[in-house]
Amino acid sequence: MMDRFLIISLLITLPFIPARGQENLLDQLKTENVTEWKSPNSTFKAIRLINGHTVETRNKGNLEFLISHRFGRINSGAYQFFGMDQANMRLGLDYSVEDWLTLGIGRNSFNKRYDGFAKVSLYRQGKGKIRLPFSVVWLSNMSIHTIRRPEMPMNLQRRLNYAHQILIASRINQMASLQLMPTYIHRNLVREREENNGLFALGVGISHKITQSLHFNVEYYHRFSQPNNEYMHPISIGVDIETGGHVFQLHLTNAQEMTETGFIPSTTGVFFSGDIHFGFNITRNFQLKKTK
Amino acid sequence: MKFIIFIGLCFYSLADLKAQGYKTVTAEVEFFSSAPVEDIKADNHAVTGLFNAQTGSLAFLVPIQAFRFPKSLMQEHFNEKFMESQKYPEATFEGKLTRFDPSKSGVQNAVAEGNLMIHGITNKTRISGNIIFKGDQIIMEAVFPVKLEDHEIQIPQILFYNIAEEVEVTANFVFEEIKK
Repeated sequence: MMDRFLIISLLITLPFIPARGQENLLDQLKTENVTEWKSPNSTFKAIRLINGHTVETRNKGNLEFLISHRFGRINSGAYQFFGMDQANMRLGLDYSVEDWLTLGIGRNSFNKRYDGFAKVSLYRQGKGKIRLPFSVVWLSNMSIHTIRRPEMPMNLQRRLNYAHQILIASRINQMASLQLMPTYIHRNLVREREENNGLFALGVGISHKITQSLHFNVEYYHRFSQPNNEYMHPISIGVDIETGGHVFQLHLTNAQEMTETGFIPSTTGVFFSGDIHFGFNITRNFQLKKTK
Repeated sequence: MKFIIFIGLCFYSLADLKAQGYKTVTAEVEFFSSAPVEDIKADNHAVTGLFNAQTGSLAFLVPIQAFRFPKSLMQEHFNEKFMESQKYPEATFEGKLTRFDPSKSGVQNAVAEGNLMIHGITNKTRISGNIIFKGDQIIMEAVFPVKLEDHEIQIPQILFYNIAEEVEVTANFVFEEIKK
């Protein structure tokens, strides 16, 4: 009896063996491919958040041309066309020598300042053996203001300023990214005797997706270790519009300068009293070397 | 009676033997989009496939993030804007290959019918291509069009470069028998 049952069950199941094998092919592939792609494609849309940098760097062989404008104060009234009559600008070039190293130069009309920086990508979120949920970038910036000051005996040393930053950013989810920017600034010449040459600041940046090509950004730097003076904490809000190759960034900020050694230590506008500058950054990407 | 069981068990093991499983050793999927500003081309070498020469069943898995573009920003836009690869990390094909004779060598035309899943949307498709039995290896080649609309892949209006509504996909696979 038992034998007969075995034979029947064998014969019944026999035709199903190949059929079962066929259905499992895709599942089989899926179990074999356990490769995780946890690393986000990008943390921010652009290489600048608003005034400062993001952890974003382009891959080797990419040249990025930046044109930035900050107009005058919005509360300067209709006669100045709400600041549009005055503008200061920065022209800049960022070149990625390696995937992890970007070098940049720029010229600011404000204070006739030249700036140069090295941006080193130390760690990308989710990459490598130890998968950390954030990216780390080290940025060192040096600038020289060449504006003539006949009232002062100026030399090269007195014109130099330095900024060092560690940028730590995390793409939290599909919608939002958060960045922290501990910063140290050193100015060889400060305006008043009580001011320190060194200055610590901590920046916070947020980018939130609105649509596929539109992001909303906030950037704030809090300055520490400074006596009471006229300088303000730079605060900015803006949007990124990405068009493939170009990113248009429109923003409102109380800072006039566009380089770390400028806007962090010497922002004078009071944001909530309307000392707001409308501004924009336009970036254009050129890939000079093909990948692969 | 014991003898019949023995025969039955033999059939069982035979069925297992006859299931000739093949796995890809090299696989490449390439796509090409002709656009007015510039042609867009990308290739993917991380594709894997399984093929059963006896039943003709066929499956492929394409990890979307493994597509390589000549321009790195293009790759980022492809993943973020078009394919949404964080949400839909892979494209798959699962189906059956018909009209081929495994005993013949040389180039044969064959038709693969099955479900093509891209961007989370599954469509029934028929892809005709070539199959070559060459010693231990089986080579498959196919060129077929994929309509972006069929898989609900949206082209952002604001982008300066435009991708064609239909892209041409080229697939080249080399299979070898799975050794047990």
